[in-house]
Amino acid sequence: MSAVQAKPLRIVLAKVGLDGHDRGVKVVARALRDAGFEVIYTGLRQTPAMVVEAALQEDAQVIGLSLHSGAHMTLFPAVIEELKKRQAGDITVFGGGIIPDDDIAELKKLGVAEIFTPGAPLEEIVTWLRKRFPDG
Amino acid sequence: MSGDRDLAAEFRAGNVRGLARAISLVEQRDPTVRHLLEELRDGLRRPRVLGFTGAPGTGKSTLVDALVGLLRGRDQKVAVVAVDPNSPFSGGAILGDRIRMQRHALDGGVYIRSMGARGHLGGLSAASREAIRLLGAFGFDYVLLETVGVGQSELEVAAVADTTVVVLTPGQGDSVQMLKAGIMEIADVFAVNKADLPGAQKVVQEIRSMLNMGPKLAWKPPIVMTVAARAEGLEELLEAVERHQQHLETTGEAAERAAERLKDEAADLVGEWARRQARKLLDDDAELSRRLLDDRVPYAAAEEILTTEGESLVPRAARSRHKMKSR
Ligand SMILES: Nc1nc2c(ncn2[C@@H]2O[C@H](COP(=O)(O)OP(=O)(O)OP(=O)(O)O)[C@@H](O)[C@H]2O)c(=O)[nH]1
Ligand SMILES: [Mg+2]
Repeated sequence: MSAVQAKPLRIVLAKVGLDGHDRGVKVVARALRDAGFEVIYTGLRQTPAMVVEAALQEDAQVIGLSLHSGAHMTLFPAVIEELKKRQAGDITVFGGGIIPDDDIAELKKLGVAEIFTPGAPLEEIVTWLRKRFPDG
Repeated sequence: MSGDRDLAAEFRAGNVRGLARAISLVEQRDPTVRHLLEELRDGLRRPRVLGFTGAPGTGKSTLVDALVGLLRGRDQKVAVVAVDPNSPFSGGAILGDRIRMQRHALDGGVYIRSMGARGHLGGLSAASREAIRLLGAFGFDYVLLETVGVGQSELEVAAVADTTVVVLTPGQGDSVQMLKAGIMEIADVFAVNKADLPGAQKVVQEIRSMLNMGPKLAWKPPIVMTVAARAEGLEELLEAVERHQQHLETTGEAAERAAERLKDEAADLVGEWARRQARKLLDDDAELSRRLLDDRVPYAAAEEILTTEGESLVPRAARSRHKMKSR
């Protein structure tokens, strides 16, 4: 509707797990900002409950999870579960990290929309989001 | 979304998602918000609204986080609205104020919302006034607004806050600069944060002499030293804020400001609604726009639209049968 201002896509970006590096996720945050999205960065060591609460409070349509500690098979599905518990299964979840192909297939089955591995160029994430949210 | 009805129901049920969505509607100036707010009208209470502004990195978020902790200890429900600038190039933004407030992330008595400063139809003031109304209706006792003092947004936010706290720090070099840049006028309380660093006393002196140079004011802004990172000076800060609020009450300024705010808001809505519909009309009505182009100046067209369109200037989505009580 033209009378109502279009709202930019809002993305909660979070580091889950115990590793303490956030250089990678900050690079992603900047790329998403430069693509015109609003990125809510919540910082390090987020639990699934914290991430989901932030997404609900912020009315975000997307959650981006970054994880390098190897716990993706427990933490990513835990976020999906928490979203379902809060009746927010419509929020899109994507992830990034060093994740083997077999695990990617499994995570997608569990409801993670897409996984980006460290080799992937940043534009890939932007292109994917634009395609998924043509109005955002 | 599944419609206004569900939104109102979710909101009333205390579902945080209902609140979050309603705030998004307000940010987009969606006219349907009228129905929600009119439905909630009887439950509206204005929360205490405190604004925090200052240069980047002065410790505003840390200060807000510490204050949330203090207020939670007093059983107050607290909402935080943190406004950050958007990128002038892409319009996007990185909103990072939540990082400092993570210890409250799972506290049901705390709600944190990040906003981009730009892209608010009708301005940031309009959006934050409506957000405050929603937050009050949702049951929050306090709303803490954080904005970076680098442009217009802190002025817009100060216009909706009851008490504005200007945050300065030692060693910034630009505290005097800030004071000169007009931020002085919006300060009801000064917080000299990072008082653990050398030079805090000097900043206090600078503010004091600035205040003494200015005209004699009915309210003399107190200056409080804080170490937000260690939650020091917070009791004193809150006390200064409360004294200011008391001052607003006893002088009648609180009621006066509330009345002014509501008048501004009604007048702003007239402009916003009429503008929106008028533009649409000019786009759709070829005959009217031809006459406007022939006339070469906009006045007659504006007058004609205002006088002939009347109530159809109210956007369809905002129309309702609700009328004010007559006296
Ligand atoms: N030494 C000292 N550092 C502090 C204090 N309060 C905050 N800081 C530090 O100052 C830095 C900035 O703090 P923030 O709270 O993010 O500042 P801000 O004003 O919200 O920053 P922006 O939102 O980016 O403008 C952080 O590294 C804090 O740890 C304090 O009282 N003393
Ligand atoms: Mg901040």
